[in-house]
Amino acid sequence: MKSFNYERASAPEGAIHAGAAKGAKFLAGGTNLVDLMKYGIESPSTLVDINHLELKQVVANPDGGVIIDALVRNSDLADHPLIKTQYPLLSQALLSGASPQLRNMATTGGNLMQRTRCYYFTDVNFPACNKRAPGSGCAAIKGYNRIHAVLGQTDKGSTSGESCIATNPSDMNVAMAALGAKIEVEGPKGKRTISFADFHKLPGATPWIETALRPDELIIAVTLPPAKFAKNAYYLKARDRNSYAFALISVAAGLEMDGDTIKSAGLALGGVAHKPWRNLEAEKALAGKATSPEVFRRAAEIMLRDAKGYEHNTFKIEMAKQGVVRALTLASLGTSETQGTSEGTQA
Amino acid sequence: MMADTAPTPAKQLDHRYEGIAKVTGKAKYAAEFSQPFPKANLAYAYIVQSTIPNGTIASVDRYAADLAPGVIAILTPFNAPKLAQGPPQPPARRNLSLLQDKDVHYNGQPIAVVVAKSLNEAKAAARLLTIKYVTKPAQVSFRERPGDARWPKNPGKEPAGNHRGDVQAGFAKSAVVIEQTYVTPIQHHNPMEPHATIAWWEGEKLNVYDATQYISGVKMSLAKTLDIPVDYVRVINPVVGGGFGSKGSMWSHVPLCAMAAKATGRPVKLVLEREQMFGPVGGRPSTVNKIKLGASADGKLLAMQHDVIMNASAMEDFTEHSAGPTKNLYMSESNSVTEKVVEVNLGVSTFMRAPGEAPGTAALEIAMDELAEKLKMDPVQFRLVNYAENDPSHDRPWTDKHLRECYSQAAERFGWSKRSATPGSVTEGNALIGYGMATATYPANRSAAQAVVRMLPGGRMFVGSGTQDLGTGTYTIMAQQAASGLGIDPSLVEVKLGDSTLPKAPVSGGSQSSASVLPAIQDATTQLKLKLADLAIADIASPLHGLKTLDIEIKEGKLFNKNNPSQADSLADLIARNGNKPVEAMGSAEPSESKDSMTSTSWGAVFAEVAVDKDTHMVKVRRVVGTYDIGTLLNKKTGLNQLVGGIVWSISFALHEEAHIDPVYGRVVNESLAEYHVPVNADIGAIDVTVLNIPDIKFNPIGSRGIGEIGITGAAAAVANAIYNATGKRVREYPITPDKIMAARGLA
Amino acid sequence: MVEWGSEMSVPFCSEPDGEEFGQEEKELEKSGLHFELSRRRFMQTASVISAGIATGLPGVSTAETPGSKTQAITLKVNGKSASLSLDPRTSLLDALRESMDLTGSKKGCDHGQCGACTVLLDGRRVNSCLTLAFAAEGSEITTIEGLAKNADPKEISDLHPMQAAFLEHDGYQCGYCTPGQICSAVGAIEEHKRGALSIVSLHTGKSDHPEMTDDEIKERMSGNICRCGAYPNIVAAVRAVVGASA
Repeated sequence: MKSFNYERASAPEGAIHAGAAKGAKFLAGGTNLVDLMKYGIESPSTLVDINHLELKQVVANPDGGVIIDALVRNSDLADHPLIKTQYPLLSQALLSGASPQLRNMATTGGNLMQRTRCYYFTDVNFPACNKRAPGSGCAAIKGYNRIHAVLGQTDKGSTSGESCIATNPSDMNVAMAALGAKIEVEGPKGKRTISFADFHKLPGATPWIETALRPDELIIAVTLPPAKFAKNAYYLKARDRNSYAFALISVAAGLEMDGDTIKSAGLALGGVAHKPWRNLEAEKALAGKATSPEVFRRAAEIMLRDAKGYEHNTFKIEMAKQGVVRALTLASLGTSETQGTSEGTQA
Repeated sequence: MMADTAPTPAKQLDHRYEGIAKVTGKAKYAAEFSQPFPKANLAYAYIVQSTIPNGTIASVDRYAADLAPGVIAILTPFNAPKLAQGPPQPPARRNLSLLQDKDVHYNGQPIAVVVAKSLNEAKAAARLLTIKYVTKPAQVSFRERPGDARWPKNPGKEPAGNHRGDVQAGFAKSAVVIEQTYVTPIQHHNPMEPHATIAWWEGEKLNVYDATQYISGVKMSLAKTLDIPVDYVRVINPVVGGGFGSKGSMWSHVPLCAMAAKATGRPVKLVLEREQMFGPVGGRPSTVNKIKLGASADGKLLAMQHDVIMNASAMEDFTEHSAGPTKNLYMSESNSVTEKVVEVNLGVSTFMRAPGEAPGTAALEIAMDELAEKLKMDPVQFRLVNYAENDPSHDRPWTDKHLRECYSQAAERFGWSKRSATPGSVTEGNALIGYGMATATYPANRSAAQAVVRMLPGGRMFVGSGTQDLGTGTYTIMAQQAASGLGIDPSLVEVKLGDSTLPKAPVSGGSQSSASVLPAIQDATTQLKLKLADLAIADIASPLHGLKTLDIEIKEGKLFNKNNPSQADSLADLIARNGNKPVEAMGSAEPSESKDSMTSTSWGAVFAEVAVDKDTHMVKVRRVVGTYDIGTLLNKKTGLNQLVGGIVWSISFALHEEAHIDPVYGRVVNESLAEYHVPVNADIGAIDVTVLNIPDIKFNPIGSRGIGEIGITGAAAAVANAIYNATGKRVREYPITPDKIMAARGLA
Repeated sequence: MVEWGSEMSVPFCSEPDGEEFGQEEKELEKSGLHFELSRRRFMQTASVISAGIATGLPGVSTAETPGSKTQAITLKVNGKSASLSLDPRTSLLDALRESMDLTGSKKGCDHGQCGACTVLLDGRRVNSCLTLAFAAEGSEITTIEGLAKNADPKEISDLHPMQAAFLEHDGYQCGYCTPGQICSAVGAIEEHKRGALSIVSLHTGKSDHPEMTDDEIKERMSGNICRCGAYPNIVAAVRAVVGASA
């Protein structure tokens, strides 16, 4: 880890001012940033500790939604009465991720900024990674790529300076994508709102640019629209261990039901792309339909359309389809109804 | 007097001897000592590893690193002191990377050491080194290169090829034959405590705190490597944070730490980072097991053939004897095994918990399940039909064997009779439920060992031996054994181990520590009793004064006249009257003469129930039942715990563990505990372990065969067979991850 | 009970006679576990001692550079304040282990992947390896050394109930993950008392004050890896404390 200056901010204005310095980074929970600093991947010249800012509330928004401050810890967010009753999809996703200790540390804003687990990114001893060393290539394409992307990746060959097949590892982000969250940020030039779909980027030609957040901007809050999926939501996560493991694939499914008919749907995939994967066409294909395995399978096919696998990860395509059908099925049975039954419990 | 021929069950300690120290954080592991060296001078060393799999180091640009804050010294192949070490003696003394040449044999090989005032400074400076290489073509995979397989140069404990009878004739007359290939992956031990050394010199004498399973091995190897007298080296290690085989050898970091300490004139601490434990400290090789079994229509095995290829490091051969169980687990008319290696540019392979038997049973016991199914026989019945009454590989008797009772007891506890023989036929909600079973086996090992005991004032006792406690309960059973010799309560015994100045004991590997050390303690207490009796006889103040040695018995802390028990003296009084001076005795023991005419092996039967999710294909091992024949159980808590731990390892073998190698660079890509999966608490269901507790006194006078490894054998295949029973999908490549289950062809 | 940490204090008996080990070397060789040269080879080595010393290991000296910049910090650990001067890079774990000699908190991975470093920060369990020491300034830090009823616990009655339960149920083997497991379990019980959820709670339909079933304990203790595989006994220990406080 390279040396850095440590500063503690006591108010957002001070934090934004300090954060505007070249090479400065905000330190929240530290679960990802400190980790990456130890691996030699992040090397800020100044760490601005924002943990003491008063950004720790979850409050009802006058528009019927909810405002989640950036420094609300993952565990507190999952347990919050507003979240667990109105946005159970988010509670499920949060509690499916990491470990209790990490959830006690990690913050909402920090989780949005979580970087990929790609082996070739986290180990500086691999020479080729366009995220870490722009222009160096992508070692994952011809490497061991079981945990990599099947959707939205950039693959112009392993030596191209644009290629990247990394995935976003967050569980929280998948639920927030399905819920249609928005992100409130503030920088020296003022405040702005970024839609969730625009916040995380596909690698495109610049895989090292991962979010729409500018380096000098601070995440202030995440807002969720009025809850539509309180009664019918399920977060499904397939992984190599029953806990404390990143997703092979995950599915956030929320349904707004009118009897047996789907009024609207929120659907996103994790573990398959550089960002939480959402396809509005799939959600539209569900709207207005009566629930059925065929309707769910059709949504799954749309979600995975154009998916392309690699030597070790092609399984994700079929596994994600099965996961979409299962998550939608469980969501349609009802959050409270399925929970507590063997149907709702993963084996 | 006092013949100790039959094992008397020792009084057990209620909890681990070192338990309070462990639960309060007071137990000091190797890297945690801050004395007696001058702590203020302590420097931190960090190992720099190669980033290519094959080639030579052309140059090391150290300019920036030399100027980095806190840097004290940098050792590279260009300036490291030349050692007069002899050629390596694998597997005893490994082929180490001590900066003596510029060759790189694998990606991750130690190639430099940075010493600084803090670990952060050492690591930061290490990243500033620019190392240039001349690269050579590398081979980093082996499965597609069967043509490169060759016999191992040094197969170790067993020959790499073995034939009995005519297998071709056996297959020709078999009514049923199966032939399949079973693959086990490269695994790394990953004890929770990383390998760690603190070294400091006192003149020409070297002291080390070292995380090791073999203090006297490190002592001898350090002396040999650094060319100093063996008596100049002291190795200390009171508790070990797990080892599982990786701490059974001395690896490069230990002499490198001593070299850094010598070079800087400071005490130096060198702790491996977790990611540095995937290569430089060994791993279990991957094995590709081609197994062919033939049986008569009534289920008698007529021929067993097992041909293995595995990866071996370009630096050094190591043979994982995964065909071992095929030679003697069942009675077959004929048998043929071969074990060959293919060289790769990867780190050295080494012993890992149940070397040979863990992957061997994982492979063979699926094959047995497949053949039982083809024969339409119950898997337990099939094994009973082929029960080996004698050791077929040596045609000699077992010292003891009660495997039949293991099968019946475990099957009963598990409820095996409720198993549906039709795969894929039991569902609960979205889960497929299956039952599977397998046999567990691990040979009993024993080596020469020595111990010292002392009678102390106040009726207390001391016992010491240069052995190790890796969490294996060594402290606890040493206290028990010493106490039982004098019939005192084990809580009155002080135990010391993990210091190379103590009488010598073998490596804590091969499940042999208790079987080796306890007989030495037994011998020492026998000697001690003679000395104490003689002391009482000579003591005019003793009621036993003037008696004959043979007339005196010692129990419950008292000396008696055998012929008149009311004539007694207490040990505490005796010592008090003799100036409170401790009375010391040494003892030793070695394997019995019968060891070449009989085979000693532990046995077990393991049953598993799994639930497999139909959509995520995730497996939950709901419960495992195991019954083991391991001779005498020395301590119920520590012993059963260790067997349970072995089963957890076996579940890990079945479902989780695998080191993935990058096909181009030859680095382990998942060199972390986040990506190299070992089970977490939520992965482990109910585990029910029982032991028969029948002493094997032909093996040793304690009747105990060692339990450190047998738990990891068998259970992996039991889980694999249960997954087949649940899903109708036979996955023959470990670990059985969700993607493999999804991709496997089902019966339909 | 031995004094842990005073291991250098007892100079011991003389080396046993080498001849008695000839047999051992043979045994080890046959079992594939042999590790060193025979006694005879050892004697030969001993006879060339002087040559070894004479050449020895020549010093490899470089000019020692000044150390990194440090800053003053006060950490409140186990109820006591300690003033230190630390490099801002120092993790809370390294500060405890290297600067305060509180080695009960363990380094198993240094990346938040094993839980061996778990401590309580203002009562909440966290990974001290990913917590910078400076970020912990001002917080109440409780480590394994601060749980027992007194500073030098010798008897079971001196222990925190969770420590006593781990001892009673043999919830460990090598003991290296144990301080983290125990701190984590103490944190888990506090979390449960205030109604915190786990994914098991949600999957079993218990979103209000879930019971601490074995499945709940397992999930809530899954941030602590035990490579020895003592999980069933760890669950038993936590279950016992939950039962006692219910």
